[in-house]
Amino acid sequence: MEFTNRLFAFLTFLGAFLAPLLLFGILFIFLKEASLALGKFGFFQFIASAEWDPVFEKFGAAVPLTGTMIVATLSLLIAVPFALGVALFVTEVCPARLQDLIRLAVELLAAIPSIVYGMWGLFTLAPLMARYVEPFLQKVFSPLPIVGFLFQGTPLGIDLFTASVMLSIMIIPFTASVAIESFYLVPPVLKESAYGIGATKWEVIKDVIFPYCKIGILGGIGLSLGRALGETMAVAFVLGNINLFPISLFSPTTTVTVKLANEFTEADKDLHLSALFYLGFLLYLLSLLVIAGSKYFIYRVQKK
Amino acid sequence: MEKHILRRKFFNYLALLFTIISASWGLFWLFFILFDVLRHGLSALSLTLFLADPTPPGEEGGGLRHAFVGHLLINLIAILLGVPLGILGGTFLAEYGRNWKISGYISFLADTMMSVPAILVGAFVYAVLVKPLGHFSGWAGGVALAIIMFPVIVRTTEQMLKLVPWTIREAAFALGAPYHKVIWQVVYPSVKTGLFTGILLAIARVSGEAAPLLFTSFNNNFFSLDMKGPIASLTVTIFVYAMGPYEYWHAQAWGAALVITLGILLLNLTARLILKRRRPR
Amino acid sequence: MIMSLWRGLVAVCFLFVFFIFSVWAKDNLNGAGSTFVYPILSKWAYEYQKATNVKVNYQSIGSGGGIRQITERTVDFGASDMALTPEKLSQANLLQFPVVIGGVVLSYNLPELKGKNLVLSGDIICKIYLGKIKNWNDPAIVALNPGLNLPAKPITPVFRSDGSGTTAVFTHYLSQVCQDWAKEIGYGTTVNFRVGLSGKGNEGVANYVKRTLYSIGYIEYTYAIQNRLPAALLKNSAGNVVKADDSTFQEAAATAQFDPGKHFYAWLTNAPGKNAYPITGAVFVLLAKAKPEVNKAVVKFFDWVFNNGDNMARKLGYVPLPKAVKNKVRAYWKQNGIY
Repeated sequence: MEFTNRLFAFLTFLGAFLAPLLLFGILFIFLKEASLALGKFGFFQFIASAEWDPVFEKFGAAVPLTGTMIVATLSLLIAVPFALGVALFVTEVCPARLQDLIRLAVELLAAIPSIVYGMWGLFTLAPLMARYVEPFLQKVFSPLPIVGFLFQGTPLGIDLFTASVMLSIMIIPFTASVAIESFYLVPPVLKESAYGIGATKWEVIKDVIFPYCKIGILGGIGLSLGRALGETMAVAFVLGNINLFPISLFSPTTTVTVKLANEFTEADKDLHLSALFYLGFLLYLLSLLVIAGSKYFIYRVQKK
Repeated sequence: MEKHILRRKFFNYLALLFTIISASWGLFWLFFILFDVLRHGLSALSLTLFLADPTPPGEEGGGLRHAFVGHLLINLIAILLGVPLGILGGTFLAEYGRNWKISGYISFLADTMMSVPAILVGAFVYAVLVKPLGHFSGWAGGVALAIIMFPVIVRTTEQMLKLVPWTIREAAFALGAPYHKVIWQVVYPSVKTGLFTGILLAIARVSGEAAPLLFTSFNNNFFSLDMKGPIASLTVTIFVYAMGPYEYWHAQAWGAALVITLGILLLNLTARLILKRRRPR
Repeated sequence: MIMSLWRGLVAVCFLFVFFIFSVWAKDNLNGAGSTFVYPILSKWAYEYQKATNVKVNYQSIGSGGGIRQITERTVDFGASDMALTPEKLSQANLLQFPVVIGGVVLSYNLPELKGKNLVLSGDIICKIYLGKIKNWNDPAIVALNPGLNLPAKPITPVFRSDGSGTTAVFTHYLSQVCQDWAKEIGYGTTVNFRVGLSGKGNEGVANYVKRTLYSIGYIEYTYAIQNRLPAALLKNSAGNVVKADDSTFQEAAATAQFDPGKHFYAWLTNAPGKNAYPITGAVFVLLAKAKPEVNKAVVKFFDWVFNNGDNMARKLGYVPLPKAVKNKVRAYWKQNGIY
């Protein structure tokens, strides 16, 4: 009996130990595979170089890293206000019977596989963007002085703008669910005392709920960011995959994930494959930082 | 009314309006996408899609039997590997390791692992299972999906087990039961619904992945049951067919997308329905 | 306790079933590489399976991928439209032989043309892809196409995002006819394209050209036919304007030097000949020297193809290897002990 117990305990320990083993194992393997490129290009040179030339074997991470960050940031900028709006709707505005339904609907948005998003993006969203939305935006905004340059270029629909809009829809649920949980945690007495002195709903939201939930909201945003950084399939369909810095919202560009998906099985030179692993390594570090940081924020909020 | 009160009321209505718009924004896209997938995919659904194998590129017709079967097999491997290991891990964190400090760290790491980009997991499995062994394989694809599934199951198991009050275990200990028996015969049965829904949700998550399969199970134009070699999967097939130029490929891709989306939505709804039914207990 | 035993049993059954199927599986061959050859290779594989029950699973991931995967020995054979030099072959310990010939066409999306064919020259194509010619109604293009209604719209060039032999053939041609290209970009399976959109595989480029107005892309001839995309008429090295079809491809292939001593390394671009099509290429199959048993099976497949596959190739717009070359290839196989 005691032996079975010890055996089982050991097995469970192995199971748990698998988590850090995998996490650090992935880090180690990536570093090992990237070592060739690491040795050749170093750190700063690799990050700063915008070249990606498999013929002359010169590789640099500047374009995919920039692309990843711009796409992620843009999609966050679009998603966060809507996500917070949804969360507020569910917790403050919506009648109680509908709350669960709306929460379910928002979570279903996250459940749709990203490849279906990508396909839908290519066949439906991109043509809509190319035919109606982008030309309209171009007509309205490009004559304006400071922001005008953002709307230049041929609106093909396969560009930064479409990818960011699509990604923003995908990441709404992450911020929204965490925000909803945080908003529920606000002690009712705080809200009631504010109403008691005559505050409007918006003022309660602005001055009581948001400050109280600051950290939780940040955590939720961080989770959405983590998802946006790592998204591959959806973006691969509509980003255009060219190793150039985007010069406007309507430029095609590339991200680390899209580059990996396109070139991984096809890199015919060792240095090329190693450079791809190097990119993957950098993305891994970045995602881990963002995700771990966000989880830590959320953890602190939940401890209260 | 005084001007500044009107102003406050105005902003209040504006904010209210914005929350309604946001909720509508989210709902709109959900229904639009689902409707679009339904519209395009419904016409492609036929017995041929499920029972026939693909034709050479450019020749109309054929089906996706190889991809449906391959997808099921790969996911089965992922479940057989990921679920037991995940439950074991979660059990340690909630039971044997309950008071150890390291459990808190491992739990945090598992939580973080849940959001690692799937394509990086695929690259990792390529480096350790595909390159050294010299061929793509359904096993490698299953392992990649299992790695993605594993932390989700660990966390769900841990959370479910921690919900069980300690007193229940004490009662069993008082009767003289060893710890492993307490877990198997008392704790597990009381959380089996919660665990089951957690597993359903994890499967829903993993079955929609394409990126980790790109360099592990790769793809196969033929129907194959040989997991030691490359295997077709629904998600990778959607990727290849949607990116291709042939109209009949696009139609079949929509059909596959419809099946996968409906399947995943069903899993999600079932899981949540089961959870809801449990609450009044 | 009983429940868990039950479940354990079910799991074991499943695993057992897998192993049975894994061991029982027939000799299947796995190949990967060129998207250029994908339509005909899949057709050959489909018919071969009907004839012999052996499945040849070919994945079109681009020639770069084919070269990489056979070098890593993760597939049984690779296919590439760019021939590897004898040095590279001995470095990676590979064998190489051609199997079929095809052409790369420039397809475009210009509804204004209403079906009439566009005429282009190597110089113009070069400048379009360098970004130096930006609009369809550029005087250089108009000069070659006096009767056509070319719109004043910007050109979107489409190129390959993956390692592609089609790109290698295309850029090799450009390097031959355009000094700027040779100097600034060069040729290879992946080059630093300056402007435009990139698609994955010939399939992806064809897809983008089909759905993007005023775009132009380089694709293998079959993809243009199968997708009802137009193919530009090109000015060849003799100064004549030629259409893409099997006679012009054949004329380009006629002057190719397929030398078994050099593992058949050859380029067919910008070939001399009155009506030779300027962007022609051959598809090469790569085998790992160290796997003689697998190679024998692969060679059996291609021997069947040489005997039975010519008409299928012609139907899809490819040019089968001339008999003399086929015999050279068979002799090469014999020499290397796999035939």
